Amino acid sequence: MAMNKSPLSLALLALLLGACASERVVLLPAADGSTGAVVVRDQQGELRLDQPYAALKRSLAANRPYQSSPAEVTERFAQALAAQPPRPSAYVLYFEAGGNVLTQESQAALASIRKEIAERPASEVMVIGHTDRVGNAELNDSLSLTRAEGIRDLLIESGVAVDKLEAVGRGERDPLVPTADDVDEPKNRRVEINVR
Amino acid sequence: MIKTHCMVAGLLATSILGFPAQAAEQAGMIKVSKGTVSIEREGQRMAAGVGTPVMVADRLRTGADGSVGLTLRDNTLLSAGPNSLLVVDKFVYDNATQDGRMALSIRKGTLSVASGKIAKRTPESVDFHTPTSILGVRGTEFVIEVEGDGDE
Repeated sequence: MAMNKSPLSLALLALLLGACASERVVLLPAADGSTGAVVVRDQQGELRLDQPYAALKRSLAANRPYQSSPAEVTERFAQALAAQPPRPSAYVLYFEAGGNVLTQESQAALASIRKEIAERPASEVMVIGHTDRVGNAELNDSLSLTRAEGIRDLLIESGVAVDKLEAVGRGERDPLVPTADDVDEPKNRRVEINVR
Repeated sequence: MIKTHCMVAGLLATSILGFPAQAAEQAGMIKVSKGTVSIEREGQRMAAGVGTPVMVADRLRTGADGSVGLTLRDNTLLSAGPNSLLVVDKFVYDNATQDGRMALSIRKGTLSVASGKIAKRTPESVDFHTPTSILGVRGTEFVIEVEGDGDE
């Protein structure tokens, strides 16, 4: 085929090479220090990468596993990696019993959360309210939403620029510390703030 | 032999990627945008600056001077280097239950991935497609490079 240089076969060759683009996959250690795995599947079967910098190069139907390195990843992927968005983060704020008043520590924490939200590009915030099991479930649904909306409003009032800000109440169904009914558990009177 | 492999791969890619687009659901949002970055949606091309929503079926393209970073609703982080083409084939996610499903294609260029909540809860529901292979994710971070002129 390579000897035949007619325009048609050159075009065909280009097409085939296009469909057979060379590909590379490198498994990275995760930000938290763990390493997961990637399974690469094609018609011939599958290949598992599960060590840091385990890599696979595919070209013209051949798989070549190899050990990549931080230097190679930087060389080939620096721009892609530099564009990675900030990691999402999650915070928990706690309330005094029964109502919508933050504990003192949590009021202080809210200030630094506001700062963190403001520093993110195009931040999206989800506020999830929870209660302990004192009182009935319906009341707690409404209290958890009141708590979430209260925090949402505090964030809005403080003038933080947020692209999307949602508040939901989960009542007593997702306790941090599981308890029997009607137990006063401060750790369950909380809102989670998820920021991404 | 090589020819056959490539043609089969091409046909396979077409059959996998050729499914009709779902009703447009928001998959994520652009958080980082440098140089030329655009989204192709329903035949229209628009600039994709920071804060632009990314919908299912969007084609995200970077120029020779471009790079882009986006966060999906399940906290998956994706970022692409110059001359890249990324397609959101599928994305469904329920915030309350954390159930979902996603499929993305990297047609050319470079992509870095830090997987999110769907991959953590149901790894089998997350697929990344390259022109000749499918990558399954087991809660992790990785990079993919596709060289060549492939565009579709």
